[in-house]
Amino acid sequence: MSLHIELEQHRKALIVRLKGELDHHTADAVKTRMEDALLKGNTTHIILSLKDLSFMDSSGLGVILGRYKQITARGGKMVVCDVNPSVYRLFEMSGLFKILSIQDNERQALTSLEVVS
Amino acid sequence: MSERNFMKLEFASRSENEGFARVTVAAFVSQLDPTLDELTDLKTVVSEAVTNAIIHGYNNRPDGTVTIVAEMDGDTVYLTIEDQGEGIDDLELAKQPLYTSKPELERSGMGFTIMENFMDEIEISTAVGIGTKIKMKKRIESKKALFN
Repeated sequence: MSLHIELEQHRKALIVRLKGELDHHTADAVKTRMEDALLKGNTTHIILSLKDLSFMDSSGLGVILGRYKQITARGGKMVVCDVNPSVYRLFEMSGLFKILSIQDNERQALTSLEVVS
Repeated sequence: MSERNFMKLEFASRSENEGFARVTVAAFVSQLDPTLDELTDLKTVVSEAVTNAIIHGYNNRPDGTVTIVAEMDGDTVYLTIEDQGEGIDDLELAKQPLYTSKPELERSGMGFTIMENFMDEIEISTAVGIGTKIKMKKRIESKKALFN
């Protein structure tokens, strides 16, 4: 199973598009790629764009929670968008929606961050 | 007349086999014509149990064996996922939502919670130094299964 990770810097927001399956096997690559991008870029916020994420399990929750801690430690926010129903259910069950904000799509996610920054 | 059907899968405790395991179980269970949600539930719990076996049972060693038995009887799916790894010292603690014995690996601690929520029944037997066996059951409530 594979996961394709696409990163795009949009002003102070790092947009992370995940396509495919996010599990224990693919979570390490997400961690490494995002950490590298956070070190290099001038990133304050993270937008996780999950439109084409077809599968996720609790390993995905772990890696997302890890990046959430990183970005909030530097005063930023994490927004998730385009979440499909099965991924939504995992976020709900784990209580992640209590700390992350959710938007319908990338444009709204960017708008929500520009309002707060 | 029994409607029982089963399959058994054995594979190395390597993380690249997690996807293989859940897709194989999903393909087998598809005979019951489950909904997409039901299929996703089953794939997710297989992924959780297999990941636990690899990370916790075998401590990420690739030389262990993970065994899955999937059975269908009428409209019900039975899954058994087993390892001969380290076993779980404190099962009640391990089952707590958000608890993880390996926080350094960024585990969410949601594995057992997800298995309990997505399946109708779960039974865990474990012994330190011997291994862990997780038995789970879920009824597939699709039309075809009802007519079986």
